[in-house]
Amino acid sequence: MGKARASNAFLQVGAIVVAILLTTLVLLAAKAPPLAAYANIVLGAVGSWDVAANVLVSWVPLLLATAGLLITFTAGLWNIGIEGQITLGAIFTTWMLRGLQTSGIDPSLIIPLSIVAGMAGGALWALLAGALKTFGGVNEIFGGLGLNFVASALNLWLIFGPWKRPGVASMSGTVPFAPSLWLPTISAQSRLSPAALLLALCAIVVVYMLLQGTHFGLRLKAVGKNPNAAYLLGVPTWQHMMTSFALCGIFAGLAGAVQVTSVYHRLIPSISSGYGYLGLMVAMLAGFRAALVAPVALFFAALNVGSIQLPIVLRQDSSLAGVLQGTLVLFVLLAQGLRQRLAGRG
Amino acid sequence: MQIELRDIRKTFGSVQANAGISLRIASTAIQGILGENGAGKSTLMKILSGFILPDSGDILLDGARVVIHSPADAIRQGIGMLHQDPLDFPPMRILDNFILGKPGGVFPDRRKAAREFRELAGQFDFSLDADAFVDTLTVGERQQLEILRLLWFGARVLILDEPTTGISQPQKEKLFATLQRLASQGMAIVFVSHKLEDVELLCSTVAVLRQGMLVGTAEPPYDTKSLVRMMFERDVSFTGKTALQPGKPILSLRGVSLEALRLQIIDVSFEARAGEVIGLAGMEGSGQSVLLSACAGLVRPVAGTVRLGDTDVTGLSYHAFMKHGVAYLPAARLEKGLVAGLSLTDHFVLSEGTGSVFIDRRRAADVAADRICTFNIKGSPSHPVESLSGGNQQRMLLALLKESLSLILLEHPTRGLDIESTLYIWGKLRERCARGAAIVFISADLDEVLQYSDRVLVFFSGRISPPLPGAGLTVEQLGGLIGGKGWDSLAGVAHG
Repeated sequence: MGKARASNAFLQVGAIVVAILLTTLVLLAAKAPPLAAYANIVLGAVGSWDVAANVLVSWVPLLLATAGLLITFTAGLWNIGIEGQITLGAIFTTWMLRGLQTSGIDPSLIIPLSIVAGMAGGALWALLAGALKTFGGVNEIFGGLGLNFVASALNLWLIFGPWKRPGVASMSGTVPFAPSLWLPTISAQSRLSPAALLLALCAIVVVYMLLQGTHFGLRLKAVGKNPNAAYLLGVPTWQHMMTSFALCGIFAGLAGAVQVTSVYHRLIPSISSGYGYLGLMVAMLAGFRAALVAPVALFFAALNVGSIQLPIVLRQDSSLAGVLQGTLVLFVLLAQGLRQRLAGRG
Repeated sequence: MQIELRDIRKTFGSVQANAGISLRIASTAIQGILGENGAGKSTLMKILSGFILPDSGDILLDGARVVIHSPADAIRQGIGMLHQDPLDFPPMRILDNFILGKPGGVFPDRRKAAREFRELAGQFDFSLDADAFVDTLTVGERQQLEILRLLWFGARVLILDEPTTGISQPQKEKLFATLQRLASQGMAIVFVSHKLEDVELLCSTVAVLRQGMLVGTAEPPYDTKSLVRMMFERDVSFTGKTALQPGKPILSLRGVSLEALRLQIIDVSFEARAGEVIGLAGMEGSGQSVLLSACAGLVRPVAGTVRLGDTDVTGLSYHAFMKHGVAYLPAARLEKGLVAGLSLTDHFVLSEGTGSVFIDRRRAADVAADRICTFNIKGSPSHPVESLSGGNQQRMLLALLKESLSLILLEHPTRGLDIESTLYIWGKLRERCARGAAIVFISADLDEVLQYSDRVLVFFSGRISPPLPGAGLTVEQLGGLIGGKGWDSLAGVAHG
């Protein structure tokens, strides 16, 4: 047992080392000094209170998306459609804000209402993917991918059509909302909203408790691991899958709502910012364990924010963070695969 | 081509599937292989066709010792196997299937292949359209395609595994004519079946396997009785059943018809009464599983009614059946019955159902400890269920059964289990009967069927016998029925 754990840890650490080595090779190939690049990423993420706050701003939607994905992964579902669900969350939030901004209702009521609308939008989009799978026999990966394209087309159409800025439509999005409709932030310059941060932390705790401690979580696990046996043990299988889609959609929609109400204050074309796909990677890297998601998501957020420094200081593209994140996930998964093969042989 | 098998041995775990089988198959022969489930027929054929390697023993083709490493290797050496479920690609055209697997460069010569296909099909009077899609064919036509393909690949030995299941009478006649013609041209044919009539009609010689050994051979004219005796002979004798006091009916099927992939079950009626055990006997795939699934609400009948007690439950789901006290235990324990990756305790929590939102861990641990002790399961409550041995997995499934059940449906309840587990499990099941439950079970093991059933239903290619009282039944009678013999005399047996 102890030996297995040691070799396991060795493989995991090895995977991280290999990922860093590979990223270093990429840097060398791009004729950039690797050490300086890494130092810049670290400085870019924790060098000042401002950048550290930015890391947290990025952490919030990533944490929300990953929390939702843990639920669908537990049910054995690959909810690739989460990007679209975030987008729909943002669209519904914007729609509610636009509808109520001149209504005279108190902003402290409008903001929660619009966030709830976002959650409903995300859930709706997720349920569509779920219905396609359950009633139409469409694999959730294909259905989700298709719905992602539809969502982003819908988003662009709204920005350049019905919701366009007065005068000329722009890639910079819809007209920003009045500051009274913004989720309060820690300072005037910062985009970090304590309420959003609290929501995200609550989300991961709720998901942890849901999956670890409730009958629903256990049944979901059974459905994910063996739907046939779960059905014979009396678990209504497709109902649980649909519920998991809806719950994931709620968290994804919340992420979209946060992006609108506290980060961009308007609808922009790339409102989901790839947090859904990144969330898939975080969930995989965390081994689908809720307890590990928060630190891994924080690390990924730090990489994202830290690498923003690269183009400025070293004239390197900031997509280096993506290289590191991608190779990290690949090699950690590879290490897990190797471990299973070794265990299978032994 | 002449085949000789010398002392073939193959062991799976503690089971000797082939325990030293020697057999010589002459060219021009149609060699029948008979045996009940688990007698070792499939293993022997898999060895001959390269799917598995024997532990020891030699295979000689035309006197030369060969080693067959893979199915592709087998066909290179001239051995072609026709599987019970044709190994073809339904969404593709016949010609593509025909060419597939033939070595011959990047671009197959389709025109030449098409010409040869037509010539070959013409020889045997098969009317197959090379451009048709395979999924439009019947099972019999797919078989014809497969035979042509194997011949084209140069097969000189043809192994057929239960080829007459699911094909029509004219197709069967055509198949037999084809096989006879191929044999007369010098091919060796190996015909594996449990259908005595087909074997007697076609084969020029028959070998009977039992418990991994060759127990006898026969030549025409065949004596059905002695074939049955060879296939099913037993040393044990069974204690006669005491006549059952019939309880009230728990499950009643009236005129139920079912459709499965390759067989139809038409107009079945029977009742399972409180306290009784009904055994479903027959070769695997003769319709037992479909009928049992229908009793559980897992398969919807196309006609007829299913009643549980006084309630008509026709067409309802398994979960609705569960509410009426039905439990179904599948044969594939780890694939369908248990959730690999979840612990024993998790399973007890799952089966208990939900009374609250949060799991009461302490109560769950108590329940788990209690059941593990009661059912004598060798395993720890926190371990994943797949770490249990087969016998303990089956005990686990029993331990998961709810307290109040009126009908328990089991597929192969003791398959692969040692004698101790078998006795234990039947002890537990009988306790349930004593408390008023009815049990319907499938078993491939005739001993088990005879020993535990109050009444027996025999299945043969979708045909179902009326319930036969277990007390008067002999191994020979049952064996004959399973092989398709003696069905005419059943007409007199009263429906029960």
